[in-house]
Amino acid sequence: MSELTVDDVKKVASLARLKLSGDDIARYQKKLENVLSYVHLLDEVDTSDVEPMAHAIEAVNVFRQDEPRDSLDQAQALANAPQTDGKYFLVPAILDEA
Amino acid sequence: MKVTTVVGLEVHVQLHTRTKIFCGCVNRFNPDAPNTQTCPVCLGLPGALPVMNQEAFRLSLVTAMALNCELARFTKWDRKQYYYPDLPKAYQISQYDLPFSHDGWLDVSSEDGETRHIRINRAHLEEDAGKNTHDESGRGGDSQVDLNRCGTPLLEIVSEPDLRSAAEAKAYLEELHLLLTYLGVSDCNMQEGSLRCDANVNLHIEQNNGETIATPIVEIKNLNSFRGVEAAITYEADRQQEEYSKTGRKLGDPGVEKETRGWNAERNVTFAQRGKEEASDYRYFPDPDLMPVTVSDEQLAEVRGSLCEFPAARRDRFEAEYGLSKYDASVVINQGEKFADYFESVAKGCGDGKQAVNWVTQNVLRELNERSVTVADFPIPADVLAALLQRIVNGDLTVKSGREVFDELLSDHDKGMPPSIERISAIIDEKGLAMLADTGELDSLIDATIADHAKAVEDIRNGKLQAAGPIIGKVMKQLKGADPQTVRERIIERIQQNS
Repeated sequence: MSELTVDDVKKVASLARLKLSGDDIARYQKKLENVLSYVHLLDEVDTSDVEPMAHAIEAVNVFRQDEPRDSLDQAQALANAPQTDGKYFLVPAILDEA
Repeated sequence: MKVTTVVGLEVHVQLHTRTKIFCGCVNRFNPDAPNTQTCPVCLGLPGALPVMNQEAFRLSLVTAMALNCELARFTKWDRKQYYYPDLPKAYQISQYDLPFSHDGWLDVSSEDGETRHIRINRAHLEEDAGKNTHDESGRGGDSQVDLNRCGTPLLEIVSEPDLRSAAEAKAYLEELHLLLTYLGVSDCNMQEGSLRCDANVNLHIEQNNGETIATPIVEIKNLNSFRGVEAAITYEADRQQEEYSKTGRKLGDPGVEKETRGWNAERNVTFAQRGKEEASDYRYFPDPDLMPVTVSDEQLAEVRGSLCEFPAARRDRFEAEYGLSKYDASVVINQGEKFADYFESVAKGCGDGKQAVNWVTQNVLRELNERSVTVADFPIPADVLAALLQRIVNGDLTVKSGREVFDELLSDHDKGMPPSIERISAIIDEKGLAMLADTGELDSLIDATIADHAKAVEDIRNGKLQAAGPIIGKVMKQLKGADPQTVRERIIERIQQNS
């Protein structure tokens, strides 16, 4: 099993927009490695004869009709946001438009 | 040194459903009332569960079929994960390895009149994100987020890099736009962002030694007009050529990666953006909240049966059936389905496709532009115009008189009187525009006029035929329906007979 490197931790953190201190990185390296090695137990199962599946449940074709339902009103929609101007969610300036 | 521009387009089109793709919020462009079309599902609140909109999936099948795609019998949805304020769940529901359609094509007329067969790699169904508005004062104020658009059904259509110039890329986008509009799957309103596109561009440069090199691939993001697509690719091709001549950097060199650039429409330049996260960084995995979809033969047959005649097929049919030139057929088709329907009714009604196309592409189109209306609101119904043109085709009315009747019908409408077939006859009578069936009246009028123009008659006898002008004018003034050519010939004939 490959070892989880400091760079791996940093990369995952940056994708999740998390700022980690040096101590954090060491701590998460150990924790993530524990999680991964636990999941890797699955590697011991022989799946060579098993067809890959797309979903754990065998149901397919679950649709809804194209019929409108009431939306939340603006105040409700914004209610849980840390910062709003009453109309929009406000977020710190996005400097680099992707 | 031969340089070829190589382009592939990724087109995003918003599907024209009543509701969003995974929830019952209305799917409507509504920037004036931000965050009024959201619910726990499209806000990504904990515990909310998405359910697929059946109509969004049906419109996707329609589009893929029209693009000659192979349709998958089994398809699923995946989570594409990235962190951005317009995406509250921090993942976009999209399709990764099992898109519902793949391997299609669209034929496009290129500048040289040749048909280009543009392959389509895949079309997949996903959800649109919200809209960010940034503080443009430069003082770094907060960005505003409107999530009304979040969860709008979005079809991504990915072409192969088969396009060979900026103009060809524009032509492809125009043909796609036309097709999607005909199919009615999207309103394709580019100002409102219903149709947006990213362009992958690089150059193939033939070296003196006969080898061809490729420049690094650049993806230009978020182009939202036909002109923008053409201008951005043109700019980018020039920029890449210049960069190559300076650095010699080419595709496949160590350290050369795909670059993402933006398009500044005001300054007409592309500009570097921070490198996008690599594909593997999206950490796709199957979305456990959504069930896969299977498609049956019956379902495909039903969709196939519902398809309209595609614009390309109709263009060919108009050429064959009504004798239109390729150019005229394109003009009619490119005006949209309703306009093509109007033309076809007129052509059928008057029995002369060429006459019909002249009138609809000149007189009708000009009026539509002047009145800023679509053909649906054009005052003269197709059967009335057909009746008018039929008189011209039958030789009962000159083209010039036809125009007078046409203008009169329009001014009738402006005065509140609906144009009708009966009014055509009335106008012809009122204005005395009917072409003369027998020449008796014409001959006596000509004789009377000749008698008043001895000098001109003398000139004509001496071979100065242009001297007939004033006589023609005088006769025409009294007989409005006369055909000037006939009058001219008749005058000369009478004068020469009597000499």
